[in-house]
Amino acid sequence: MTNAAEACATANGEELFACAAPQHFAVDQYRADFPALAQQIHGRPLVYLDTGASALKPRMVIESMSRFMETDYANIHRGVHTLSQRATDKYEAVRATVRRFINAEYDDEIIFTRGATESINLVAQTWGRTCLKTGDEIVITALEHHANIVPWQMLRDQTGISLRIVPVTPEGDVRLEDVKAALSPRTKLVAVAHISNVLGTVLPVREIAALAHAAGAKILIDGCQAVSHMPVDVRDIDADFYVFSGHKLYGPNAIGILYGKRDILAQMPPYQGGGDMIESVTFEKTTYKEPPHRFEAGTPPITEVIGLGAAIEYISTIGMARIARHETDILAYATEKLSRINSLKIIGTSPHKAGIVSFTMEHAHPHDIGTILDRQGVAVRAGHHCAQPLMEFMGIGATARASFGLYTSRADIDALAAAVAKVQEIFA
Amino acid sequence: MNAMEANDLRDLYQDLILDHGKRPRNFRAVPTANHEALGHNPLCGDRLNLYVTVDNNGVIQDAAFQGSGCAISVASASMMTEMLKGKTAAQAAHLFDYLHNACTGKPADANGIDSDDIDRIQALSGVRDYPIRVKCATLAWHTLQAALKDEKKVSTE
Repeated sequence: MTNAAEACATANGEELFACAAPQHFAVDQYRADFPALAQQIHGRPLVYLDTGASALKPRMVIESMSRFMETDYANIHRGVHTLSQRATDKYEAVRATVRRFINAEYDDEIIFTRGATESINLVAQTWGRTCLKTGDEIVITALEHHANIVPWQMLRDQTGISLRIVPVTPEGDVRLEDVKAALSPRTKLVAVAHISNVLGTVLPVREIAALAHAAGAKILIDGCQAVSHMPVDVRDIDADFYVFSGHKLYGPNAIGILYGKRDILAQMPPYQGGGDMIESVTFEKTTYKEPPHRFEAGTPPITEVIGLGAAIEYISTIGMARIARHETDILAYATEKLSRINSLKIIGTSPHKAGIVSFTMEHAHPHDIGTILDRQGVAVRAGHHCAQPLMEFMGIGATARASFGLYTSRADIDALAAAVAKVQEIFA
Repeated sequence: MNAMEANDLRDLYQDLILDHGKRPRNFRAVPTANHEALGHNPLCGDRLNLYVTVDNNGVIQDAAFQGSGCAISVASASMMTEMLKGKTAAQAAHLFDYLHNACTGKPADANGIDSDDIDRIQALSGVRDYPIRVKCATLAWHTLQAALKDEKKVSTE
């Protein structure tokens, strides 16, 4: 996180407004880059507040994928022909793009997966199954997405390790002393979200990583919500593993990233077996390529990798620090505006928040809120957001969630507030 | 919001639905019930415990529920408990069939169904324009089927 973004994200309410400088962020210009925003839903201009589930795609991502399929597409790492070489070069160039984007040290620390879910499963089934044994512990927090819970439960059932859960405060914060209390000499891994997909809380991952390392454990960070909202520097955090999905980053579906430190990846066995991950195959013995290709069996999502590269170029041109400042302004504006509505309660009130406002309303169930908002063109998510344990922890069944992106404008928030007023009217 | 959109939403959230959603009838646990089941819609987290008491002649004497969910699912469960009393399992199945067709915009055979029940189902049938909400309207009825078959749990996902 840059200093400016940090200052905004950690300031109290008033200072949030003071540090917001939206004038120089040409949101209308950027909105024009997203073709989906030009449409109407139920006769109203689309107000897309579901970026936390998946971001809309800028035209240049769509066009880069079309252009690639029209002119450069072939299978990679296989042919001696020109197209295969061209496709391979473009595919591998994205590894460097991702490396720069998260400030990793080496290109070979970047593994292409189908998404963050596969990235976490890969770590669980390769590193986890070889390095962990009965009695070892993995520490996660109560606010994790199912994708950062279930793979560890599967590993638990396979290896006899146990899971320890760090609690969350009523405001939605993870306290360092609670992390410390969960650590022990048995802890081998701490797996935490960078930003909660339900509450928007930004976790102090740098400090958590330091605690994990001091306890002799590795740290995996689920950065799905973070990479699109703020600058991420895996070396500054000192993350051992960092995962995210392309589709939440304005890129296509079915492409994700696993970052792993070079020395750790080198010790990990392959995930899936198949073509492109081998050095040589005989019926007696097969030897595997070095990372990252060891972990990329079969024909990968080539066009999606190209699309992800384009998406990272797009947001890097705008600047992650500027996007973070803009979204902090939108978050402050939305928080202020929604707080004025009496029957509405914001869930997740940490001073360290980014890009997400979850809420409940007195008489209306989140599912009803979602339907009524949709009829007014406003897209939000309603439900448990793939975080059922957190919902139980907070004592709520579901929330409605508005999540923001670089294209979210103050006018979107005004439309949200007006649509919420309609919910009140129906359920008065 | 223009008039068309407002009418649209009021088709879904009719007064009868809002009333049952806010003040569900037969909202109680019945420890002595001889059939019960838990209904769950993981998409929205709706949960309901249904208690049905059937007499020796196969007639439903009492139906009640407890749980939480959206206005549509709570109203549907509440109205269902009102409709079930005095009906046999076969009559209940016919009602569900009628309701399911009404809620999915298919032709529905109202033959043999009380006018009160038709009114209730009519109020619910606004979901036909909201395909993702049909499950909310039918959760209680799926749970009823499970209860009468003595399956303990049902999920609409």
